[in-house]
Amino acid sequence: MTRVGWIRLVVIVAAIAALELACRAGFINPKVVIPPSEMASALVPLLASGQINDDIARTLGVVTLAAVLSVVFGFALGLLIHALPRVREALDPYFATYYAVPVFIFYPVMIAIFGFSPWPIVLIGFATAVVAMIIATLNGLDRVPRVLTKVARVHRLGTLATSLKLKLPAAAPYLFTGIKLSVSYAFVSVIAAEFILSSAGLGREIADAYNDFNNRRMYALILLLLVIASVVNSALHAWDIRWAKRRGITTA
Amino acid sequence: MNRARASAVVGATRRATDTLIIAIAVLLLWQGLARVAGSTALAGPGPTLTYFMHFVPSQRFAVNALSTTLTFGWALIIAYGLGLAIGVWMGAHRLSGAVGEPILITLYSIPKITLYPVILLIFGLTVSGKVAFGAIHGILPVALLTMAAIRNIPPVYLKSARALHLSPWQTIVKVLLPATLPEVVAGLRIGFTVTLFGVLLSEMFASQHGLGFLIVNDMALLQTEEMISIAVVLFVFAAVANALLLWIERRMHRRV
Repeated sequence: MTRVGWIRLVVIVAAIAALELACRAGFINPKVVIPPSEMASALVPLLASGQINDDIARTLGVVTLAAVLSVVFGFALGLLIHALPRVREALDPYFATYYAVPVFIFYPVMIAIFGFSPWPIVLIGFATAVVAMIIATLNGLDRVPRVLTKVARVHRLGTLATSLKLKLPAAAPYLFTGIKLSVSYAFVSVIAAEFILSSAGLGREIADAYNDFNNRRMYALILLLLVIASVVNSALHAWDIRWAKRRGITTA
Repeated sequence: MNRARASAVVGATRRATDTLIIAIAVLLLWQGLARVAGSTALAGPGPTLTYFMHFVPSQRFAVNALSTTLTFGWALIIAYGLGLAIGVWMGAHRLSGAVGEPILITLYSIPKITLYPVILLIFGLTVSGKVAFGAIHGILPVALLTMAAIRNIPPVYLKSARALHLSPWQTIVKVLLPATLPEVVAGLRIGFTVTLFGVLLSEMFASQHGLGFLIVNDMALLQTEEMISIAVVLFVFAAVANALLLWIERRMHRRV
């Protein structure tokens, strides 16, 4: 590991140790925050008991589905909108303000239309994440060198072949930013929708534990979610850097 | 009026018309969905407009909108203040930046709603809790973009600052700030929308005031006229603020 990596590890460990000490020494009321070691020791039996397996599977399944749908449709829509500059100009102001209003307020409407199933939450996650992917696709396509489109025309590639063989790889770094954003937006909106109004899922479990004043369970679940989110993000980040290296770009 | 300006005006009018056409398409789609879902599940555009006209001048709206505005104002001040401070520090001090950036990125991408119960336990059911929750949303994008802006400064600027024996404070005010303003304003713009999002979320859970509270109430009662009316107000508010900050951002870019 590099020197910076070591320092980072020391900073993180020191922060956790400080929290642990402050809790143990009584500076922090155990009714407010429990020591990190207890969060971990509460999480292990909770995971082992299998009580929350269904919730984990449901939340992760919904997030995955929403993220995959938004990446696929976001890319396709991005291609389409990029091909129609006039539509794009008209849509720009909507894209710019899209994220100011929490999309999941339309969750009850989705329930009314699709009934009680995981689909309303999938759609909420999709609706939140897809716009990030569209914007990233547009950004990426803007930066595809002109000469490549000319090459495609010289070789008489069709629209689909040009998109897949040429534009996709050329815009890849920006698309990857879109994928990262889509995953994290899908995650955030799914958890938020579960938290506010849902019958199952990890977000629901945390809200329930809070309402029951069950701090150990609540902190165990929060720890679990933070670990999942960090692992997914670090994996995407590492993948991004490896890709960039392979392409010979050292910006990352 | 010369020809360039005339064509610019024509272009702007066409853009505005296109944007309006999209709005009309959305309205038609909404009408269609309302037809499919039934008026109890989703009120159509007509009834919503009627409701909107009564609702926005009402006391109920004024009280809750004021509450949201105050919470949001405080949250924004804290988010901007801390975000800029962290960004300047991590941008100017290379080692801190290298150590801190991945930590900030991870914090940025975790669903902060999971931390809301912790904030509620720390602050209780107070306005401070909502302000804190809104602020933690905004701090990170402001800090990350400020940091990136400072790092992208051409080194020659800093060298001349050193050659001129500027104090650290003078370096920040006279060199760093003007060189980084466009990117910093972009950070403030993103910080604005996510802070608003955070404040609304905090009002939705364990709160008795604010537009977020009204929305969650409407969600439970399936009062879609009021829900959509509030969404429209929020959208317009965010759109205006966004356009204003974007305008400033573009002006700064042109100046540099």
